[in-house]
Amino acid sequence: MNVVKYLIVGFIFGVVLTKAEAVSWYRIYEMFQFDSFHMYGIIMTAIATGVLGIQIIKRTKMNDIKGLPIEIADKEKGTFRYWIGGLIFGLGWAMVGSCPGPIFILIGAGFMSIGFVLFGALFGTFLYGLIKDKLPH
Amino acid sequence: MEFITHTWHWSISGFIIGLVMLALIYFGKVFGMSSNLRSLCSMTGIGKRVSFFDWDWKSQRWNLVVVLGAMIGGYVATHYLSDASNVTINPATIQKLQKIGIDAPNSKLLPDAIFGSDVFHSPQKILLLIIGGILIGFGSRYAGGCTSGHAISGLSNFQLPSLKAVIGFFIGGLIMVNFIFPLIF
Repeated sequence: MNVVKYLIVGFIFGVVLTKAEAVSWYRIYEMFQFDSFHMYGIIMTAIATGVLGIQIIKRTKMNDIKGLPIEIADKEKGTFRYWIGGLIFGLGWAMVGSCPGPIFILIGAGFMSIGFVLFGALFGTFLYGLIKDKLPH
Repeated sequence: MEFITHTWHWSISGFIIGLVMLALIYFGKVFGMSSNLRSLCSMTGIGKRVSFFDWDWKSQRWNLVVVLGAMIGGYVATHYLSDASNVTINPATIQKLQKIGIDAPNSKLLPDAIFGSDVFHSPQKILLLIIGGILIGFGSRYAGGCTSGHAISGLSNFQLPSLKAVIGFFIGGLIMVNFIFPLIF
């Protein structure tokens, strides 16, 4: 594992999300109030870039950095888990205005109270692991 | 320097986020932040008791390095690349926030009413943050991904499950902002 390249990609990710203000509780609230195009623009441009890049990768049968063919795994099939899990995630996302990436970015930026959100997120992940076999997927 | 310290335009930001995802694909990996939460749980050794955490998390260490980089990026961006023009949200949104008692941004990323230092003296506010976190952690693992894994990675690869999850994200967010916020603020 060449650590540096992941560190650099992460660094860029952290800077962009902060400078785009996608880590801001305010921007998430504004998005869910449909008061600004900003967040929608970010998400849609990221997807458009991703679609284009993935199509190029697939059509040129590009290899990865190690020379192995790039295979992008499909998401598992399912319905209930995506609707309900997604809905639960959305409640939390709007409530504290951060998804998992921004939780870490904001802690790095020095917002100590986000530590409670991280604690909750770890506990929530643990809770899922504990009861996952009893949940419909 | 202004073009760096000002709020970055959505098109530039989105484009770079897309490139971040593509870079990870090129490295033979997958872009997704919430699986780091699972790795962090597994690092405690809890896998001996809960099988969901008994997996090869060490193969995901690269993702923890991405997280570390993102934290440094967050530090640099807030401390050296920001200015007073940041977080200029819609004035209509500021008015709505005023009604529920939340302070205007004035270039801050987070409202003091929810994240300010007096949170540490308020058990209710701490509980609010923890509950929000639980919903995020539980929901993202149940749905098998978060904004990065489903909205960006999944939709870029035309994954139907990701579309369901993303619609779920937005239904949940709209319920929270429109129906639950009036009750808790």
